[in-house]
Amino acid sequence: MPTVSVKRDLLFRALGRTYTDEEFDELCFEFGLELDEITSEKEIISKEQGNEKAEGASDVVLYKIDVPANRYDLLCLEGLVRGLQVFKERIKAPVYKRVTPNGEIQKLIITEETARIRPYAVAAVLRNIKFTKDRYDSFIELQEKLHQNICRKRALVAIGTHDLDTLSGPFTYTAKRPSDIKFKPLNKTKEYTACELMNIYKTDNHLKHYLHIIENKPLFPVIYDSNGVVLSMPPIINGNHSKITVNTRNVFIECTGTDFTKAKIVLDVIVTMFSEYCENPFMVEAAEVVFPNGKSYIFPELAYRKEIVRADLINKKVGIRETPENIAKLLTRMHLKSEVIGDGNQIEIEIPPTRADVIHACDIVEDAAIAYGYNNIQMALPKTYTIANQFPLNKLTELLRYDMAAAGFTEALTFALCSQEDIADKLGLDISATKAVHISNPKTAEFQVARTTLLPGLLKTIAANRKMPLPLKLFEISDIVVKDSSRDVGARNYRHLCAVYYNKNPGFEIIHGLLDRIMQLLNVPPGEKKGGYVIKASEGSPRTSPAVLVSLLFLILPAWSSGIKKKKKKKKEGRKEEKKEKDKPYRTLNLIFTA
Amino acid sequence: MIIEAELRSTKRWELTAEGEEIAREGSHEARVFRSIPPEGLAQSELMRLPSGKVGFSKAMSNKWIRVDKSAADGPRVFRVVDSVEDEVQRRLQLVQGGQAEKLGEKERSELRKRKLLTEVTLKTYWVSKGSAFSTSISKQETELSPEMISSGSWRDRPFKPYNFLAHGVLPDSGHLHPLLKVRTQFRQIFLEMGFTEMPTDNFIESSFWNFDALFQPQQHPARDQHDTFFLRDPAEALQLPMDYVHRVKRTHSQGGYGSQGYKYNWKLEEARKNLLRTHTTSASARALYRLAQKKPFTPAKYFSIDRVFRNETLDATHLAEFHQIEGVVADHGLTLGHLMGVLREFFTKLGITQLRFKPAYNPYTEPSMEVFSYHQGLRKWVEVGNSGIFRPEMLLPMGLPENVSVIAWGLSLERPTMIKYGINNIRELVGHKVNLQMVYDSPLCRLDAEPGPPRTQGTA
Repeated sequence: MPTVSVKRDLLFRALGRTYTDEEFDELCFEFGLELDEITSEKEIISKEQGNEKAEGASDVVLYKIDVPANRYDLLCLEGLVRGLQVFKERIKAPVYKRVTPNGEIQKLIITEETARIRPYAVAAVLRNIKFTKDRYDSFIELQEKLHQNICRKRALVAIGTHDLDTLSGPFTYTAKRPSDIKFKPLNKTKEYTACELMNIYKTDNHLKHYLHIIENKPLFPVIYDSNGVVLSMPPIINGNHSKITVNTRNVFIECTGTDFTKAKIVLDVIVTMFSEYCENPFMVEAAEVVFPNGKSYIFPELAYRKEIVRADLINKKVGIRETPENIAKLLTRMHLKSEVIGDGNQIEIEIPPTRADVIHACDIVEDAAIAYGYNNIQMALPKTYTIANQFPLNKLTELLRYDMAAAGFTEALTFALCSQEDIADKLGLDISATKAVHISNPKTAEFQVARTTLLPGLLKTIAANRKMPLPLKLFEISDIVVKDSSRDVGARNYRHLCAVYYNKNPGFEIIHGLLDRIMQLLNVPPGEKKGGYVIKASEGSPRTSPAVLVSLLFLILPAWSSGIKKKKKKKKEGRKEEKKEKDKPYRTLNLIFTA
Repeated sequence: MIIEAELRSTKRWELTAEGEEIAREGSHEARVFRSIPPEGLAQSELMRLPSGKVGFSKAMSNKWIRVDKSAADGPRVFRVVDSVEDEVQRRLQLVQGGQAEKLGEKERSELRKRKLLTEVTLKTYWVSKGSAFSTSISKQETELSPEMISSGSWRDRPFKPYNFLAHGVLPDSGHLHPLLKVRTQFRQIFLEMGFTEMPTDNFIESSFWNFDALFQPQQHPARDQHDTFFLRDPAEALQLPMDYVHRVKRTHSQGGYGSQGYKYNWKLEEARKNLLRTHTTSASARALYRLAQKKPFTPAKYFSIDRVFRNETLDATHLAEFHQIEGVVADHGLTLGHLMGVLREFFTKLGITQLRFKPAYNPYTEPSMEVFSYHQGLRKWVEVGNSGIFRPEMLLPMGLPENVSVIAWGLSLERPTMIKYGINNIRELVGHKVNLQMVYDSPLCRLDAEPGPPRTQGTA
């Protein structure tokens, strides 16, 4: 969830009133925002870098507000204020208009070289805008928020904003070899080639995160004006030449990317938010973008879409009984201008370009519910009549857990992920023999594989509890994972039971006795007759020699066909036993002993 | 009481061995004085006398003797006075004669410091017949035996009273893990509410079931390497329900079922990528898909509690794996009011009665609501769960009827457990590093009961 930080006093001035922190918190809650933190620049710096560094920093009160991840229109002070003012019916939602300039329209021409790297671009102009320091900061901050969220860290869309008065169109969006791109980037005093820049920015804490997007491509995207001035090298950096300042009056905005829909949304959000400060508020000057196939489009789209939803549907989905007129009023408060039409039960809803999140009637239903107030909705119980069932595997697990505890064993809860070493090397097994699934992107060795046996977790639990009085008697009933090509995903879980007895003397008979007890509980009699179990020595211990191996033949029972696997182990300073199930017609559990 | 014994203690002063010697022979300083002839004595010679060292310095400080350092054959000691009174000897003789009280407190303590006197405490018992005096002795009984009962001797035998202040011997027993005790209670709650348990025994899931089926777009941040564990082996799902996959693809890329869709290039390769499920909602999606294939539609209530995995930054409250609790109701005409009603019943069973609901955003539910409860201890509203109505873009491609709504909610198992047992660091609750003593000592889990008084007994 993105967090927007706004100056409290600036916010209150824009809202036309002040709130106590509690009142504002309440307002946020109702609207679906969260007042996450009340702080100041000074406080933030002192928390992160210590009191000395914070010396002289601003102590203006900041509100940090959590905004839902799909509400790009609330990512800046301007949008938050507009949203809340319309919600509180203090203003009407503005109408955003695209206007064609009297003079020549700004043109951005896309060449086909961009196709393989970053094929889409959109553009617009904010004419006669009036920045102040605060507005300018907010403008920059909004771009950053968009970059981090909908733009997926500039991978999908990157924004460039320029002082149009320093440039001359038409503009060309093309792609060139990095060594052929040379310009003076933002806030640098000399020119560098793109290759040099990529090196310089490797140590730049902010920009280094975006380099990978184009790093290994043969061609880098770049935008020139008609005089060959570089506007930007998306998605990395703008040119210094067209840098905007507080005094900039005409802003040229370009968004390039790999996702056309998102590029259009991003452009719409920027221009709807900041056209407020233009000489003609909410009027946005159009720009023309010519695609390599010769087709030309006019941006920003600023498309208004109409949806018709029946009032009774909204009532039925929310669980309220409001008149169509009231529902239209509720929706209008959510920035969705609505009116009752047709038979008097239909509501026509206008979805503005700021509300790209509204893609289905269910989004409209939610807005009606928010405006109505979630906490005003009458609660009811569904009349859904059902008979509850337990998942048989879990039902058996629950029963066994209690009886394992009754047998004097204590339940451990260990991780399903572990290192390759834990399930292979440390048990004297080769990793390829484990059939383990491997994780491709573990941050540490603890998350290399999913466990194929519960034993390492129990042994680690013992290792961490050596100060406890002996004996330690532990068990765990949980899932392990192995590859299995008969399953749709190529892997499956098995439910295992593992138990460990740890003491100064071996006590094999104790773990053996527990096994007998489990068999008794599962109604499996000892002996070789059908449905019984026997323990036999088996061969091929994976452990150190000399080893005593005992294997347990467990004749299959109908109750076990749910795929339960049993495993049981014991460890005492070098002694270990393990039992494993094999395929039908009987299951084998291996007790592995090493002395 | 057979006998009574009364303690009587007396104190008296006694001479030490050295004190007795002095009482007999005189103090060291007096002996030094006496050994010096009128013509004086070489200091080196004097020091060789038994009382030399101690006596010399005492006699010097009493100004009985002097040292002439200018003598021809080394320092020489002379008497200063003609005769001396040996006070020390006199006082010790008084004590010896049983007249210690004649000495002042100060004098006695001075002699004690010189280790010539000690104070001796003599403890004596005055023994007399007790109320139950008897000449035949019998031991107090600690246990009642069958013989005592059959012979009737228990009537006359004295029994030792129980000591209720001592701790009893704890029984040898096994213990269930506290987190799983809470899991049992949550299962119980769902079963009491008529919810059927979904199979969740598949940690490995395809991106399709984990994300795409839930209408979560392929560029969604949750699908990032930084948030999700993807698999290297097996890297891709082998089979997907292709008919359904095509409907999902169309809904994402072009819309449909009343939706605009996300309008992007949906890729099958992306959907095939295997991962460790990031939520149990993938299992819910499978359950709902199975439900959709059953005709005619039958209403259903489902729940699950199982592990999920996140490739997150770990801290005191976040691990790479945790348990998710999920409840789902599918029926005709369910409303947001129904969702809130079910949540109220569910949380009431957890002992949480003060609830309020905040609008929220989840990719696969709309409307969505976060559930907050008022925490008495923290004196603020804290989030206790997340909920919503599944989006039609998720349900309709599965084949569920259009007028069927599915309400759902979820929460983690660890968080309520940590609050319940007062644990601040999740590592003290989950994993191999937990202290088994904590497992041994953890009380019963009664979610709806008032929190008990703090435990007064220390750990064993």
